[in-house]
Amino acid sequence: MPGLSIQQQISLLYKQQSRRILATLIRLLGDFELAEEAMQEAFSAALKQWPAEGIPEKPRAWLISAGRFKAIDRLRKLKRQAAWADEFIEHTGDSFSLSTQDIDDDQLRLIFTCCHPALPEDARVALTLREVCGLTTEQVASAFLLKPTAIAQRIVRAKRKIREAGIPYEVPEKKQLPQRLNTVLQVIYLVFNEGYCASSGDNLVNSALMDEAIHLTRQLSHLLNTTEINGLLALMLFQSSRRAARTNEQGKLLRLDQQDRSLWNNQQIKEADRLLQDILPKPDMGPYTIQAAIAGLHADAPHYKDTNWREILAFYDLLIRIQNTPVVALNRAVALSMAFGPEEGLKAIKQLNHSGVLDNYHLLHASQADLHRQLKQFNQAAACYRRAIELSEQSAERHYLQQQLDKLNKP
Amino acid sequence: MKYLCLVYANEEQLHSLPESPEDSECYAYSEQQNPHANFLASEALESVETATTVRPRGNDVTITDGPFAETKEQLVGFYMIEARDLNHAIDYAKGIPAARVGCIEVRPVRDLDI
Repeated sequence: MPGLSIQQQISLLYKQQSRRILATLIRLLGDFELAEEAMQEAFSAALKQWPAEGIPEKPRAWLISAGRFKAIDRLRKLKRQAAWADEFIEHTGDSFSLSTQDIDDDQLRLIFTCCHPALPEDARVALTLREVCGLTTEQVASAFLLKPTAIAQRIVRAKRKIREAGIPYEVPEKKQLPQRLNTVLQVIYLVFNEGYCASSGDNLVNSALMDEAIHLTRQLSHLLNTTEINGLLALMLFQSSRRAARTNEQGKLLRLDQQDRSLWNNQQIKEADRLLQDILPKPDMGPYTIQAAIAGLHADAPHYKDTNWREILAFYDLLIRIQNTPVVALNRAVALSMAFGPEEGLKAIKQLNHSGVLDNYHLLHASQADLHRQLKQFNQAAACYRRAIELSEQSAERHYLQQQLDKLNKP
Repeated sequence: MKYLCLVYANEEQLHSLPESPEDSECYAYSEQQNPHANFLASEALESVETATTVRPRGNDVTITDGPFAETKEQLVGFYMIEARDLNHAIDYAKGIPAARVGCIEVRPVRDLDI
C-alpha cells in the first residue's frame, strides 16, 4: 500500500480486517468480550511497534497472535482464571498456525453461532450485525426501528447465553444446515441493506457492508448450494450494480427513474442474471429469489419507461403471499400505482396503514406524497413530505424529500 | 460442561400415547453409550400429585400440597449429562425416549462460586 503512512495502513487494516480477526479471536478465546478487548490491544500494539519495526509479512496473523497473547496475559493477571489460562495454553499450544482458510471459516462459524436457534430470533440478527459486521449499536437499532438501549440489552443477553449455555463456534453439520440457514440469510440481507440504505449519518453508500454481505453469501453458496442462497446473491448483485448511479456528485439520492443506467455495473448484472436463469424455473422459489426476479426486471429495462411494471406487480403478488410485511406491501402498492395509476396505489397505501402502526415509517409517507403529487393534490403531498422528512434519519434522503417539498411550492 | 435435561410431559398422557416409551426403554437410554454426551445420572419422578412444596421464611415454614407451579406439562424426570457444548447436549436430549411425548428443557449447570 504505497503512499500511505503506517498509521493509515493500520487504520485501513482495521477497517477491512478487524471483524475477521475478531471472529478468529472469539474461536481461540471462547469469549466475545475477551476477544474484543484482545483485538483492540493488538491494534494498539501494532500502532506502537510497526512504525519502528516495519509492517510484518502477514499482518493479520500477527494481529491475531498478538491479541491471543494479550488475552492470555490478562487471564493470568486474574488469579481466579489462572488455571484456565494454563489449561488453555496447553490445549492450543504456544505456537499455532492460521491459514487464510481457517480465518475465513471462523467468520462463517461466528455467523452460525450468532444465528443459533437457541438464541431468541431478534437477538440473532442484532448480534450478527454487531459482532460479525461491526455495526454500532445505534446502526443496529435503526435497522430494527428500535432504541439503542433495547438493542444493547438484547446483545448482552445473547452473549451471556452463548457463554453460559455453551453454544459452540462451529458450522452446523450438513443435515442441520438447511434449517439453520434461513436466519443466516435474513441477517445477511439486513447487513446488505444497512450498507445500501445507511439509515443514519452522512455516508449514504456504505460499500464495505454491501461487499461484506455479498462475500458472506458467496462463502455460504460455496458451502451449501441452495436456491435461496443463490437467489439472495442475485438480489444483492442487482442492487449493488446500481451503486455508482444511486447518488449524484453532491451525494444526493437518485431514484431509479433519475439514474444514469450506463453507470450500472454490467458485470454484476450479468452474474446475477446467470444465477437467476439457473434457479428461476424452480418451484421452491423463496422470498429472496422473487425479489431478485423483481430487481432483474428493473436491471433489464434499458430505460425507466421500458420497465415491465405488470410483471413486477405479479412477482409482488407472489411475494406478499409468503412474506406479508409492511415493506413488501408498500412496494407492492408502488408497483400497483405504476401499472394501474396513482389512485390505485394510494388506495393500497391507505388500506395498509389504516390501523396506524406504520405512522413512523418514513418511506410510507414519502410514497404517499409522491402519489398525491402525481394527482396534483399538493396540500396533501406537502403534509406527507413534511412527515417523511421529520422521520427520516438519513441526511441525503432528507435533502431529497425537502427538494420535492420545495418543488411543490413553486409549480 | 454439565447439562441437566429436564423432561416435561403431560402426566396424564405420558404412558398412554402410542409413542409413549416403556420404562425399560428409558433405562436402556441411560445405560447405552452415547456419541454426544456422557451420562451422569437420571431418574423418573412420581406424579406431581405427590409433590410437596416447602418454603422456609425466617422461623416459619410454609408447606403446601402440590408442585411449585401449575403447568400444562409437568416435570416427569431428568437426565444429568456431561457434553462438549450445547449442540451435543441438544443431540443427546433429542434421543431421550420421553421427548417423543413431551419436551426437554436443556439447562447448563452453574458452578457454585466458592
